[in-house]
Amino acid sequence: MIDTMVIFDLLLAVAVVALAVASMTTRDMFAAIVLFVVFGLLSALAWVRLSAPDVALAEAAIGTGVTGALLLRTLHHVQTVERKAAPEPLPVPMGVQIANAAFCGLLTLGLAAAFAGAPRGGPGFDLLVADAMSISGVDHPVTAVLLNFRAYDTLMEVVVLLAAVIAVWQIERGLSDAPAPALGEVWQGFARLTLPAIVVVGTYLLWVGSSAPGGAFQGGAVLAAVGLLLLLSRLYVPRPSHRGAARVAFVLGTGAFAAVALLVTGGGRMPFEYPLEHAKTLILLIEGLVTISIAVTLAALFHGREPVALPERAAGTGGRDDA
Amino acid sequence: MTPLELIAGALIALGAVFFIAGTVGVLRFPDIFCRLHALTKADGLGLGLVALGVGLLAASPGAVVRIALVWFFVVVASATCSHLIARHALERARRERS
Amino acid sequence: MTPDLIYGVTGIAVFAIGLVGAIVAQNRLRRVLALKLCSVGAGFVLIVAAWRSPPDAPDPVPHALVITGIVVMVSATAVALALIRRLHSLEAEDDA
Repeated sequence: MIDTMVIFDLLLAVAVVALAVASMTTRDMFAAIVLFVVFGLLSALAWVRLSAPDVALAEAAIGTGVTGALLLRTLHHVQTVERKAAPEPLPVPMGVQIANAAFCGLLTLGLAAAFAGAPRGGPGFDLLVADAMSISGVDHPVTAVLLNFRAYDTLMEVVVLLAAVIAVWQIERGLSDAPAPALGEVWQGFARLTLPAIVVVGTYLLWVGSSAPGGAFQGGAVLAAVGLLLLLSRLYVPRPSHRGAARVAFVLGTGAFAAVALLVTGGGRMPFEYPLEHAKTLILLIEGLVTISIAVTLAALFHGREPVALPERAAGTGGRDDA
Repeated sequence: MTPLELIAGALIALGAVFFIAGTVGVLRFPDIFCRLHALTKADGLGLGLVALGVGLLAASPGAVVRIALVWFFVVVASATCSHLIARHALERARRERS
Repeated sequence: MTPDLIYGVTGIAVFAIGLVGAIVAQNRLRRVLALKLCSVGAGFVLIVAAWRSPPDAPDPVPHALVITGIVVMVSATAVALALIRRLHSLEAEDDA
């Protein structure tokens, strides 16, 4: 039984490496992105084999799904906004090529040496986390680490998402959109059929995170898919007047997270030291609001440009300071 | 091995055969429409057989329902995707002809 | 042969492929793709470090770190892609 799983592991590992090579060497950029999506899904499968289902869910939903959608959208923009003559890439001198190859080879060798020399199979933080689980307020170790023991990291992670959406709105200010492709009636029907189901799945993932694999990031990414479907099927078209609501949704998660962290300091506690009897409620509250923020932010990152009226792009930019 | 496990294993193996057939079709058929034909037909059936086999092995009724739901949405999504690919290919062919 | 050895080598290989791609690729989108490969490779190595031979449960701290990494990576990717779109539009305007 063990042997068949080793064969499976080896085949999967070879497939993952082969897909990585293929996505780097294929000439057609669309094919490269599709190969990358398949690569990401197979990596997620490998991570399930390494008993990391939470990470596999996050990689499949965010690292592959949302990233793939972002890449395809950008490819569509680059191919639609045509340039007259793309400049020929300059030939790379032989010396530079050799230096690059040597650099990559050395770095990889160093990594391999570090990996071979590192102790495997622990001990890591397993025992510390297991000891502290009873005071975390949740039953699932990864959620306990993310939302309680290392909550600072997670807060900063939400801040990074917020920074990303602010940066994207600034970068694309006044940029005209490539015309969105028309996807037809079958697609509309598909969107209408799947939208409610995705909402249920996203909420379920969020809810189940306190006791089983899942949580705010996986649930948020699945809910972001709702946003993507709505945008692609044009059931929802962002309007300039919606920017206020969008900004509130962007900041909601960060704000609530920081507020809870600071408010629990009353009574001589440290920031993020939730009182035990309320720990589960507080964690679920933070997770719920963070999920909303993640979903809206990821959908906004996909949409890109801040929804402003385009004709007045040159003038009339006053009063548009981002939150 | 119980008879149930045996039946489930046979269903999953049969499903895998259909997947292989579909993959061979994608690699061997000449144009995009033939390839889509091979892929959607063979993989749809293969997926159904695999889902049936896994469903027989599932521990709880809840898990069976989830497997059925996964099967349903994968079928709907793959049908929609194939439609979109075929539609795009047809439009491009029309554009190139005119 | 255990899964951690197999996937550890896989992770290093994927990281190396991404590294070469990020340096060699001329296309901007492919460069972003290459960096993403690097991040997945790093994720592999971290998850392998967290793995314990069953029935022991894996170490949850690296798992949380990788989830954080995935979200940070999607933010960075989104900003990089927005820059690519803007740059492309500006170049198209220059051409015209």
